[in-house]
Amino acid sequence: MNTPIASTGAAPSAGALLKLHDLTRSFVSGEVEVKAVRGISLEIVRGEFVAIMGASGSGKSTLMNMLGFLDQPTSGEYWLDGTDVAGLNARQRAALRSRKLGFVFQSFYLLSRTSALENVELPLLYTLPLVMPRERHRRAGTALQEVGLAARVNHFPSELSGGQQQRVAIARALVNKPEILLADEPTGNLDTRTSIEIMGLFQALNDNGLTIVMVTHELDIAAFCKRVVVMRDGRIISDTRNDARHIAARELATLDAAEQQAKLA
Amino acid sequence: MLDDFKNLLLQVPQTILIALRALRRNKLRSTLTILGIVIGVASVVSMVAVGNGAQRSIQAQVASLGENLLTVFAASSRSGAVRGGLGTASTITLADAEAIRREVAGVAALSPEISTTAQAIASGRNWSTSIVGESEDYLRIRNWDLRSGWMFTEREVRTAAKVALIGTKAASELFGPLDPVGQTVRVKNIPFVIIGLLTSKGTSVGGNQDDRIIIPYTTAMKRITGDKYLRSVNVQIVTSSLMNAAQEQITSLLRQRHGLSAGQDDDFNIFNQKEIADTASSITKIVTYLLGAIAGISLLVGGIGIMNIMLVSVTERTREIGIRMAVGAQPFAVKLQFLVEAITLSILGGLIGVLIGVGASAAIGLFSSSFKAVVSVNSIVLALAVSLGIGVFFGVYPARKAAALNPIDALRSE
Repeated sequence: MNTPIASTGAAPSAGALLKLHDLTRSFVSGEVEVKAVRGISLEIVRGEFVAIMGASGSGKSTLMNMLGFLDQPTSGEYWLDGTDVAGLNARQRAALRSRKLGFVFQSFYLLSRTSALENVELPLLYTLPLVMPRERHRRAGTALQEVGLAARVNHFPSELSGGQQQRVAIARALVNKPEILLADEPTGNLDTRTSIEIMGLFQALNDNGLTIVMVTHELDIAAFCKRVVVMRDGRIISDTRNDARHIAARELATLDAAEQQAKLA
Repeated sequence: MLDDFKNLLLQVPQTILIALRALRRNKLRSTLTILGIVIGVASVVSMVAVGNGAQRSIQAQVASLGENLLTVFAASSRSGAVRGGLGTASTITLADAEAIRREVAGVAALSPEISTTAQAIASGRNWSTSIVGESEDYLRIRNWDLRSGWMFTEREVRTAAKVALIGTKAASELFGPLDPVGQTVRVKNIPFVIIGLLTSKGTSVGGNQDDRIIIPYTTAMKRITGDKYLRSVNVQIVTSSLMNAAQEQITSLLRQRHGLSAGQDDDFNIFNQKEIADTASSITKIVTYLLGAIAGISLLVGGIGIMNIMLVSVTERTREIGIRMAVGAQPFAVKLQFLVEAITLSILGGLIGVLIGVGASAAIGLFSSSFKAVVSVNSIVLALAVSLGIGVFFGVYPARKAAALNPIDALRSE
């Protein structure tokens, strides 16, 4: 059963981790003004697992980039955990991003010729107050353990499969213990089985209290989330709770059974 | 505000670590970047060293002739259309020398010179060598030390004593490894007692200076040549600032004594050591600057190579910059990282270049026994400063542009 969620007023309500009000992003291309995001208002509470869906061109990636401070809105308001992001300069935004957000990309964006451990450590190099090397190694190791890659700490990205690389990217996003994990098409470059494994990881993290906001264009993947927001042409056209979501572990079992059957037949 | 700044400063050691890791990750590119600086610095350092060495070498050679030396030569003789060499004309007399000593201001010492070639015989061996007559001041004028023994005295000159100094070449020809001091050598059947052995001066303007026997000029005039005319007069002036004035005085004095009228040429030549030293010095200075400028061009070319590689490097790494910003790096941290990388490469390249330049300069000294390239500290400092400037500017400037991008644009760039 899917339940629609009522839209919210201007000021953030108590408990809201992330609040957008009338957020707009337009691009000027020559003489034409393209509005990628038109007046989006949204509230996300702690512990949620939200999927933002839409066809390509719907503005979902643009919205995600703004959530992660990777891009600036043209107008509108964005409160993160009570802080009005619009009032911050680049340095303050970087500091806030470092503390509160973790970002996972479709293309992983790991540093090549750098070990998994060093990749996961990267955010810690920029964290203030400074983190000492030994502490850095420990935290990075723990994060890699959480995503199941303890055996691969010294491998280079070129030596890891797509799924493993994405896990390293997830570990990197988590190493600073953020409040929100933002993921832009995290399974876009992965096969079905690996995609389900990654969703399983997300569900486990969410069960442990991590708030996750994920962009995807695949229904199958969105089915694993607790709440689905659909965008079209820069606007939200529906925002429903997903009461009958899929559980990754069960899906994997189904997949294995199907494979076995195919082999026996 | 101040806290933020303090935090940023504390990040510097961290940034150096990040920068060094980044350099190590791209060893080939780092090496190519350094190569440009290395070659440029090495050529500046070694070219300037060669120029310096040439300067010093020439100065040393001129200095080995003596100190504040004016030499008055009789002009070349003319017999019909045949001209002899310098000193062959019979125009300078002992009286002229005495007049110079008396009347020219600033004469510290004077030595009339007579020269001839004769056979020297000693202990069963004989050797044709230069027999040169000089005064007791000669060694002092020429800054020439004795390896052993003594110089003849004023009294011995006055009495035309039969004493002699011998050069190392002549000594080894006549006496082999034996100490020649105290031995007797016969010249034109006259026995001379050797009272001193000269130090080696090598070959110079006047031929091999070690292949000669020096005796009092009085003895030479009376017993060896029978001549009344001198070959030259060596005059040492008290200070170098008086030399040009002294030269003019000697000129007018001798013209007067020789009864030369206004239109006639001098019947003598004056060799001014200072003039020659100054001319040589300014020529070699120009040569040094020229060499330095050429090497500077090579440094510039090296710098352009660096610029090329660093621009490419930053463009290629725009995505890396985007990743760092996406995980929390501040724009300042990114710029600082590239600044540290650029400085590290420049310093490393500069130091290696200096080492190679110094090494090359030393190697040049190995090939030539008389010429040594002398490294100038100024050239090292200048070359290092320029290479640092080039590396820093061309490393940081593109990085500033990249750090100003939106992280998402940086991430998406190819």
